[in-house]
Amino acid sequence: MATQFTRMLAGRNTAVVLASLGAGTLATGYLLTDSTAAAERRVLYPPSADFPDLRKHNNCMAASLTPAIYAHLRDKSTPNNWTLNQSIQTGVDNPGHPFIKTVGMVAGDEETYEVFSEIFDPVIKDRHNGYDPRTMKHPTDLDSSKITSGVFDERYVLSSRVRTGRSIRGLSLPPACSRAERREVERVAVMALSGLKGDLAGRYYSLGDMNEREQQQLIDEHFLFDKPVSPLLTSAGMARDWPDARGIWHNNQKNFLIWINEEDHTRIISMEKGGNMKRVFERFCRGLKQVEQLIHERGWEFMWNERLGYILTCPSNLGTGLRAGVHVRLPNLSKDPRFSKILENLRLQKRGTGGVDTAATGDTFDISNNDRLGKSEVELVQLVVDGVNYLIDCEKRLERGQDIKIPSPLAQFRR
Amino acid sequence: MVLTKDIYNKLRGKSTPSGFTVDDIIQTGVDNPGHPFIMTVGCVAGDEESYEVFKDLLDPIISDRHSGYKPTDKHRTDLNFENLKGGDDLDPAYVLSSRVRTGRSIKGFTLPPHNSRGERRTIEKLSIEALATLSGEFKGKYYPLNGMTDKEQDQLINDHFLFDKPVSPLLTCAGMARDWPDARGIWHNDAKTFLVWVNEEDHLRVISMQQGGNMKEVFRRFCTGLLKIEETFKKHNHGFMWNEHLGYVLTCPSNLGTGLRGGVHVKLPKLSTHAKFEEILTRLRLQKRGTGGVDTASVGGVFDISNADRLGSSEVDQVQMVVDGVKLMVAMEKKLEKSESIDDMIPAQK
Repeated sequence: MATQFTRMLAGRNTAVVLASLGAGTLATGYLLTDSTAAAERRVLYPPSADFPDLRKHNNCMAASLTPAIYAHLRDKSTPNNWTLNQSIQTGVDNPGHPFIKTVGMVAGDEETYEVFSEIFDPVIKDRHNGYDPRTMKHPTDLDSSKITSGVFDERYVLSSRVRTGRSIRGLSLPPACSRAERREVERVAVMALSGLKGDLAGRYYSLGDMNEREQQQLIDEHFLFDKPVSPLLTSAGMARDWPDARGIWHNNQKNFLIWINEEDHTRIISMEKGGNMKRVFERFCRGLKQVEQLIHERGWEFMWNERLGYILTCPSNLGTGLRAGVHVRLPNLSKDPRFSKILENLRLQKRGTGGVDTAATGDTFDISNNDRLGKSEVELVQLVVDGVNYLIDCEKRLERGQDIKIPSPLAQFRR
Repeated sequence: MVLTKDIYNKLRGKSTPSGFTVDDIIQTGVDNPGHPFIMTVGCVAGDEESYEVFKDLLDPIISDRHSGYKPTDKHRTDLNFENLKGGDDLDPAYVLSSRVRTGRSIKGFTLPPHNSRGERRTIEKLSIEALATLSGEFKGKYYPLNGMTDKEQDQLINDHFLFDKPVSPLLTCAGMARDWPDARGIWHNDAKTFLVWVNEEDHLRVISMQQGGNMKEVFRRFCTGLLKIEETFKKHNHGFMWNEHLGYVLTCPSNLGTGLRGGVHVKLPKLSTHAKFEEILTRLRLQKRGTGGVDTASVGGVFDISNADRLGSSEVDQVQMVVDGVKLMVAMEKKLEKSESIDDMIPAQK
């Protein structure tokens, strides 16, 4: 059933076939001249004429894209007709971000990572600290029972959260998908989620259909996502047709939440107030496995391979796609000049409590893992657990007037 | 809304030779349900062929937008400024500035929603060459957006010449801000009365303007400069996109025909609050905007008044309507200042 649909939804390929079948001589005429026109344009405009001006740019794409690579790849396309120009548009339009070095390119479909591997592989290596997709394998491990010391001191940790993304194999990703594909993602996801039971049983709210009361409720609970305004996302075409086929699902207990068709097909979030990261991760793993089981029953699967792990829109989210984090109070540690170095060595990052596009205000920070690819889910969550425990320990020491130590840097990848 | 399931089904499998599809055409309209002040078109062309391949969708839209213009109608072009009557005597106490703008697309290139960096750069190169041949009152200089000094930038902002990266979602959703500011720039003559924008919403936007009410002079300079520029492009075998049905072909269907917006900034504090103001404008075939342009409201009783029509009447016709209409409205304003009635001055529908 899944494969039937993917064959139907071959995007422009289908359009081309349909056009030649019966849409009249005009269309057929253009079909015949289409490839001549395209060939002419390639001669008139060699890749060098189209190479973007990246002199003022500071993103991973700009750092890796050379005229030679561009020349090899410009005229290729994925089976769904996604091109390199489309992948890099967001990086060309957005030279840099104030707080983070952005990736500067996105995938339009699963095949993007293969067809354009000549640029994606070095960008992945750059972004994921030396992970080489050509030689390394990514480990997947969703066995939450392995986590130790996963309950934090709640005088410091205000909330705990784990998120990831999942893409549905056979359907294009948010930068590229048609309205039909996006609606299919919604249909598949909502159908699967309606099969969840017990503490995971919940309800779907379509962005376009929700009433004002529901909307206000979701805003108050900090669940509602809005139309993207970040040019990083809008330049990549992810806000097209908003709010068509976008929505939010959450369980009745409001601690397991799915975003549909925002920046990825699905974003899965487990969260709760307080410091019980172990329970958050346990629910996360259990929910994910059940959703996967439910879509398998209907012939669908998640995009995954052993080279890149879970396939998502942004290369920064490959591998686990996992960000595990806490909101934690660190009034003394945050003022210590060694704070950044400590975070760096623990392979953690800080953000403001408003998320990636905010600066931290006051003493409360969002602390989460830097890495996504090359380490498993269990390894990353354990890393966050150990790291946050270390930070809390530092905070307590500073409270008592004791000194703290910068920990030695953690190893990059398992051998 | 013109788009029906039938039309969509028919057009969905098609594309222009350069690969523009119906989904590309309508994306901006899907993403932007409406604008606070004007009824938007919701469609853009990606190339000259768009208007042919997607005529089932675009012809009804053109008809709707351009007062019933039919697929069989022919459009008349008249850039002979001597055909304009009057226009040199609008009262400068009321008419603060006069301006005429249009757009031009260069044949053989795709349009801003669709063009590649290579095409856009070639358009810029050709434009710079063409503009460099101008002399006399048209002698001027080109400022690429991606290379101007801070001093030049400040000057251009102070002169109100500098255009910025589009922020309006009407334009960004249509892909017109891609690769900004690559191959975008501004050219103006030394006297700062004739200005060309390169690669903003159209390949070229050509603007003639000055303080005060001498629309005749503004239009003379407009026509003269435009024809000189066209000569140079033709010499390079890149004339402007034009046909006898649609006139000048531009990105937005609202700008087909003459692509001309001729207008003034005029003080009408009393008339603008009169009950019949909107009706007067409609009858005169004029539209009002705020002095910040299409996305703004009026400030201090000063309005931007310009022609509403683009297609189906010539450049001379349209500027004539502005000249005659503004003259009448200023006379009405003066009457209202003296607390006299203007009922006998209300015009018939043009």
